[in-house]
This record gives sequence, C-alpha cells and structure tokens, in this order.
Amino acid sequence: MPNMKFHIRFPEDKIKEPIIYQIGHEFKVVTNVRRADVRETTGWMDLELTGDSTEIERAVAGLRKKGVIVDPIELNVVE
Amino acid sequence: MATMKALVCRECGKEYPTKAIHVCEMCFGPLEVKYNYEEIKRSISRKKIQDGPDSIWRYADLLPVQGPTYLGPHAGMTPLVRAKNLGAFLGLDELYIKNDTVNHPTLSFKDRVVAVAITRARELGFETIACASTGNLANSVAAHAAAAGMRAYVFIPGDLEAAKVLGNLIYKPNVVEVEGNYDDVNRLCSEIAGEHGWAFVNINIRPYYAEGSKTLAYETVEQLGWRTPDQVVIPMASGSLLTKIWKGLHEMKTVGLIDDVKTKINGAQAEGCSPISTAFKSGRDFFKPVKPKTIAKSLAIGNPADGYYALKATAESKGSMDMVSDDEVVEGIKLLAQTEGIFAETAGGVTIGVLQKLVKQGTIKKSDVTVAYITGNGLKTQEAVIDAVGRPHRIQPSLVSFEQTFKVGKHGGGDA
Repeated sequence: MPNMKFHIRFPEDKIKEPIIYQIGHEFKVVTNVRRADVRETTGWMDLELTGDSTEIERAVAGLRKKGVIVDPIELNVVE
Repeated sequence: MATMKALVCRECGKEYPTKAIHVCEMCFGPLEVKYNYEEIKRSISRKKIQDGPDSIWRYADLLPVQGPTYLGPHAGMTPLVRAKNLGAFLGLDELYIKNDTVNHPTLSFKDRVVAVAITRARELGFETIACASTGNLANSVAAHAAAAGMRAYVFIPGDLEAAKVLGNLIYKPNVVEVEGNYDDVNRLCSEIAGEHGWAFVNINIRPYYAEGSKTLAYETVEQLGWRTPDQVVIPMASGSLLTKIWKGLHEMKTVGLIDDVKTKINGAQAEGCSPISTAFKSGRDFFKPVKPKTIAKSLAIGNPADGYYALKATAESKGSMDMVSDDEVVEGIKLLAQTEGIFAETAGGVTIGVLQKLVKQGTIKKSDVTVAYITGNGLKTQEAVIDAVGRPHRIQPSLVSFEQTFKVGKHGGGDA
C-alpha cells in the first residue's frame, strides 16, 4: 500500500481543530503522526498517509482546503 | 578509505546503513553521516592532507565516500583571498574572502557538494542522477554527470528565465520543465525520489551531498595556516552550508588537526527571504516559512530544511544573523568587485552586506580574523546589477576626444 510523508503546518486559528481526525474519516487513508510541535500560536506535524495514491492526493487536497499548509517531508528541495 | 559508520537521525539518534535514504523511519527526522572519528584520527595528519590532491579530495578521510575513485576531481581548493582593500574600507585588520566564484567546473560552491553526491551515488550503483533546481545546483549536476558519463535529470519550474535554462541544456542532461511553480516542482520531485530508483542529489542522497560543504571549513583552516577564524559570515538558503561549516570546524578538532574552535558563526540572508535570520533576531528557536521575493534567487528558500539546525549552530557558537535589502545586495556586489576584483553573484552581495552590518554593529571587531564566504560567480546573475554599474564613456575616434573626456596629458591619467 503506498504511503507518503508530509510536513504540515497549522495557522494559528486552526490549531484547536481536529483536522487529522476529520481527514481520516473523510478519505480512505490511514493517518499516522510521527513527530509534532504544537504551541499556543504555531503548530506542525510530520505525518504519514497510507492508502491508494489517488486517495492520498485527495486527502492532501482536503488538508489544504481546511487551511493547513502541506509540504513534502523534505521541505524545500528546489535549490 | 571507508570511515563512515552509519547514517544517524539528527532527531532521535536511530542508526541506518549508509544507503540512499534520507528520512528516519522512526520519527521522520533528517539523516546525516556518522563517522568513525577514532579511526580517522589514527590515519589523518596535516602532512597527509597537504600531500593530497589540490581539491576537496585531500580531505577524503572526512567525506562520506569509500574511494579511491572520486568524481569531480577539481572541485575545491579555491583561493582564500586576503582582502586588504575591503578590510580597510570596513575597518577590519584581517579579512579574508573564501572565493568560490572560481570553483570548478561551474563557478559555485555547489561543485563541492555535487562532487561528493555523484561520487557516492556511483558507489551505491546509481546510473541516473537528478536534482530539482533553479540555478547553480542544476548547472553543477549537469556538468558533473556529463563528465562522469551518467544520465542526468534536471527538474526546473516552467517559468524559469531562458538564460538559466541554457546554462543547463549545454551539458545535454534531460531538462524537465514542469508546468507549475516552485511548490509544484518541489512536491513532484519529492514524489519521484520516493518512487524511482534515482539518485536525487538533494533528496535521497542529501545526507552525503550536504557533507561536501564541510570542505569550506577544512580549506579555510588549512589556508589560514591551521588556524580557525574568529568570525565567519555565511549566506543561508536551506541553512545546510552554515551547519556543515560548523560541523567541519569541530571535526578538525575531534581528529586532532587543530586544538580548539572559537569561531563565531554568522548567517546572512536577504530581507525578501529571511526566515532564519528573522527567527534569530526575534529570539525564536523555530522559523516561520515565507514566500521569497528577492533578487538573491540562489538563497530564495522560504521553507529551509536546515533552518532549525542553522539557528542552533549559530547560537552554540555565540554568533549572529542579519539580513539586507536588495539595494544593499547590489551595493555589496559592487563593493567586493571594486575593492577586491571579485565579481560575486547576488548571494555574495548578501554576505558582504551582512558583513558590513555586523562590523557597524560592533558584532565583528576590528582585530577579529574574519572570513566571508562568497559562493557563486557574478556572471551568473548579471541582470541583478545591470542598472547599477553605469555606462561606458562614449568618445569620438580621435585623440582629442579621448584626452578631453579623461582630462589626461601625455604622461598622466585621470578619471572622466
């Protein structure tokens, strides 16, 4: 089963929302948080999504739609 | 000489074999190379280094390769220029420019990291090498691949300037123009690196690739007569260069080449893309990603992979960070050219601009032995200074016109 790793960031107004829970219900993906730092005004997570490739793509689009910033786990690789 | 012990996670410390992997499977932290320093200490010496090749490979014991075949045989050992004129202008007694504008073969410090990456990629059995780049990295990968007879894929955003595309095409790699912006190319390359068995120098080969930057520290110390500088000023894009110079200095102490490291590490960014410097100046241990908007495009990484580690290294060294405006970048390029005869790309203007600021603030003192890292050649970013260098003096083809314009007599010269 394909899986992909992402670094996601939450804007301040989204920090309290259960977005990862929602994504796991709205799309056929398994969410797996491996590292995170959530503070009062900022928050990030290193997240693995497992599922069909198209479903992972849809889940990423869903995260973005909810206001979360999604980057590859490597962050910026274009140098 | 095989001195690598393992790849190790920078976050949780879990160790992995020295393969083409870059992310910890446990915590997703980045991996870096761990060496057997005891073994290196037994075999390395100043004499052995000095008797070695006139390139980065004189430090092969401290690089993540098996050897003894090295690709990119001429990278490194660029001049450390005693910058008397610029030093006098800034009020520094002992200023040096580490001049990677003349690095081989593509005139930027990227030739160091790519030489290491492509050597390691070949050792791991790869025949295809790839990168995602908007400039210097693509040039270097394409040139090294051509010389090594390897297949190369260079991914660029579809809106890249024609001159930069040409600089890659001349080496005949597969240049892949992705219909999309920087973020689209970024995401696609991460996915391709995960799916295909290619050596992406700055993705799955990154733990080895990044180590090439340490050679700037080794060379500086050797060229200073086995002394560490008091202050260094380093341009920051991903932040990797700064962290590796810091690592390189400490490795020299660990393996007994020098007694101590007292160097203060200073980072330089352009105001239009300064997530790391802004975090430092705000006293934060984390950075906020930005959308870059600066003429210093080779430093325009808004979400830098090593930003956190650059902040940590600078704090450990009790150094500093700062940023300069695009106008100050241009002034910095001109100042370096007009005092030392070195034409740097925009990243060099950032370094010189920040150096000037740190001296004015008193962060760098008159007697400090200071090294500024100039990482790329100005011929690559001529558009940045085209409106700031004036025009030629136009004269009639006669002696009178010449003498009137320059107010010169038979035995003396003058300026127009």
